[in-house]
Amino acid sequence: MSSPGGRAASAPLLGHEIEPTVFELSVPGRSAFQLRTTGVPATPLRDLILARHLAAAPVALAEVSERDLVGHYTRLTHRQFSVDLGAYPLGSCTMKYNPKFCDAVAADPGLNSVHPGAPASLSQGWLELLVTLESKLCAITGMAAATLQPAAGAAGELTGLLLMRAYHEANGDVRRRVLIPDSAHGTNPASVTLGGYEVTTIPSNDRGLVDLAALKAALGPDVAGIMLTNPNTLGLFEEEIVEIAAAVHEVGGLLYYDGANLNAILGVIRPGDMGFDIVHMNLHKTFATPHGGGGPGAGPVAVSPRLVDFLPGPRATRATQGDYVWSTPARSIGRVHGWHGNAMVLARALAYIDVHGGEGLTRVAQHAVLNANWLRERLRATLPAAYDRVCMHECVLTATGIKDEFGVRGLDVAKGLLEEGFHSPTVYFPLIVDEALMFEPTETESLQTLESLAASLERLAERARRDPDGLHRAPQTTPVSRVDEARAARHLIATEDAAQR
Amino acid sequence: MLAFLGMDSLDQLFAHIPASVRLAQGLDLESGMSEPDVAAVFAEYSAANRGQLSRLTCFAGAGAYDHEVPAVVKMLSSRSEFVTAYTPYQPEVAQGVLQAIFEFQTMVSRISGLPIANASLYDGATALVEALNMAAGATHRQKVVISSGVHPHWRAVAATFARGTGHEVVVVPFKDGVNDWDRVDTTGAAAIVVAYPNYLGVLEDLSAARALATSRDALFVVCGDPLAAGVLKTAGDWGADVFVGEGQPLGTALSFGGPFLGLFACTIEQIRRLPGRIVGETVDSNDRRAFVTTLRAREQDIRREKATSNVCTNQTLMAVTAAIQLGWLGTQGYAEIATRCAQGAHYLHDRLLAIEGVTAVSSQPFLREFALRLPRRADDVLDDLVGAGILGGLSVESLAGAHDPSLEGDTADVVLIAVTERRTRVELDHYADVLSKVLS
Repeated sequence: MSSPGGRAASAPLLGHEIEPTVFELSVPGRSAFQLRTTGVPATPLRDLILARHLAAAPVALAEVSERDLVGHYTRLTHRQFSVDLGAYPLGSCTMKYNPKFCDAVAADPGLNSVHPGAPASLSQGWLELLVTLESKLCAITGMAAATLQPAAGAAGELTGLLLMRAYHEANGDVRRRVLIPDSAHGTNPASVTLGGYEVTTIPSNDRGLVDLAALKAALGPDVAGIMLTNPNTLGLFEEEIVEIAAAVHEVGGLLYYDGANLNAILGVIRPGDMGFDIVHMNLHKTFATPHGGGGPGAGPVAVSPRLVDFLPGPRATRATQGDYVWSTPARSIGRVHGWHGNAMVLARALAYIDVHGGEGLTRVAQHAVLNANWLRERLRATLPAAYDRVCMHECVLTATGIKDEFGVRGLDVAKGLLEEGFHSPTVYFPLIVDEALMFEPTETESLQTLESLAASLERLAERARRDPDGLHRAPQTTPVSRVDEARAARHLIATEDAAQR
Repeated sequence: MLAFLGMDSLDQLFAHIPASVRLAQGLDLESGMSEPDVAAVFAEYSAANRGQLSRLTCFAGAGAYDHEVPAVVKMLSSRSEFVTAYTPYQPEVAQGVLQAIFEFQTMVSRISGLPIANASLYDGATALVEALNMAAGATHRQKVVISSGVHPHWRAVAATFARGTGHEVVVVPFKDGVNDWDRVDTTGAAAIVVAYPNYLGVLEDLSAARALATSRDALFVVCGDPLAAGVLKTAGDWGADVFVGEGQPLGTALSFGGPFLGLFACTIEQIRRLPGRIVGETVDSNDRRAFVTTLRAREQDIRREKATSNVCTNQTLMAVTAAIQLGWLGTQGYAEIATRCAQGAHYLHDRLLAIEGVTAVSSQPFLREFALRLPRRADDVLDDLVGAGILGGLSVESLAGAHDPSLEGDTADVVLIAVTERRTRVELDHYADVLSKVLS
């Protein structure tokens, strides 16, 4: 049953008034803070700290009442789209619904009031939680052990590259290059560079997959490994993965699995079984921990047996007597986080895994893939897929048709979708597809929502024909209309003080 | 839906995946449980954490502090529009997060005394790594000189990432609680890195370090405490080129160490090398004020193999939280908190020093944290304090290992004690009384 107007499953934002900054709301002398009555003697600072360290004048912050503070940030939320408001089919980002239960778990002071430096004897519950999560992530990925320290995907990638480097160095093996397909996320080549390697790009073939012949031609004894996303960023499964793995291992290289798209294969196939040696996961994607408007994430890295000794430390482990302890692997690359990683994100992910269980996680992948294929098929006549066959959890469509015919670009469609009350898909990525629109509906959106989304896109295609100029100007019904990004870069104003100058 | 695709089973969607490597039996995991059943499991984890603050009075710090976080900050920062949004790639529907980050950048700029701040990094330790990358990029040199007053974990993280970048990390030892620059070769340094206050709580006059950085044409990086500028000079006042900090004290719970908040600010000269996201002010097509992520060409997912930074997703929710917390504090509250920390810390410091066998590690000034040498192993003493309901601090041994260039002699009997504005005189007196008994 489709929703009237196509909007019932999502909603436009209502916050159309420009909100003053908190500094513009400031009135001298106003304040909101209240502190404990401590009874500690109020010794003048000058008697405690040498004058040469003391500030000449206090740092100026906004001065507002609690009521003003609540009004300000509440009004800002009315100008912010979110998963809770509506569908967010942003490809490669896995913006699924975040179960509230997981947030409730993380709000428990028994977890979130524990100091990270407290001795293990005082944080046994936390260590058990971390050990349990590690073993479940290993079961899901088919790996031997994992570090939970990396704070997000890119940190996980670099950690994985450093593990690759440490492994080769321990074998007295100097290697120079890491292979990356041309469809890879931009973070992959960045991580390779920071890991001290050079990037060799492998082209895709006409099916959107790694060109196996080109890969084999690029392999050699100086290749440290390959970074692969599978399914890749076209949403397509690398069907020759077994051959790829064999070829890379043949020259002594390691396989790195970029877990950005892990949601597609949960319970269906495991990176370890495909031959991968290093796997990073984005818990804020696959395991539904909320993205926070751009973090926090968590990017655990799981490894095959031969890399376990190199993992970052300290790691929570279970001692023979049954209690939990911190231990650092023998040839550890060292710390990659100031403490133990984004612990509250890790706790949410474990709660999500526990609620779903093995079968539930498999259903996640099945329904994510079903939804993406339904959307791809449903939009066949409107926005055709760049590669016309069964996809995994996301589909990359192309707007070249309406661009050639009406001069309406993929970006215009994406902006038009905002007026329809949906978030845009990812645009112009992957780079190898012209006018790419990458949709990842996720498993948490219903058929009715997908129907609404498809109806909105059909309306936009019709509008492209009828009123292309209108679409160039879209969106107009959002809190602000199309934003002048060039001006922001040309004339940088990154603080209130720069705005005053 | 399957029928629409001309399929009759979900398995058909996966038929193109090679059967030889597909899972035959599904995952080796327990069956799913209802939310209340999972809640019961988590209640056991929670109960096993004897260190939770309802059971112990917290004097532990080292970058993670028990500060007041009021209901209004918790409630606003947990609004689902902030919590369940993605990175603001579509500014027309992300003005809420973008404006909150813009305000956050302004606040970080002011408390660091530097003109530009980014939208956040993972944590203090990884923010330091980004500062080192910036310095190497700015100077085309590989050597980074880091004071041993920088948190031992931060130094460890810097060493880990140097394995990939090839940076040569030189650690400066202390003498009498301050940097002994003459003991290391600083020629060819890309960065001179100090901490203010340092991880042992000490405030060192940074004039010498600034002069050294100038003489080496290196970037001067100050690792700072975001609450310190409530009463102390800012990093900018000391001439820093870069400020990095751990933003946890700005509204984030102890959280067992994460998610925390990496703070990063720098001079205008370094803007093109600034890691992570920056939000800038602009206008929309109707000439109304709007905010947008800008200078995107610097960011690692765009620069690809030319990147010098390792952050894509950052810690936006903690940054928004910090902005709300600083809004709650205001000019007056921000200064008041730092003042109260200093008053409480000095009161406890003097009471503990009066105990026989307890000595000061440094005679230098401090703000809210200080290190003391105890007559026996600090971890054993701390264990004894737990029995009296006190998390008495952290041993330097637990942070830095048995030996560290920041201390002459063993680390084992040195304890690091933090006092926040939440500690009452009764709690401080109780600590002193119990420690006195434990040591007698």
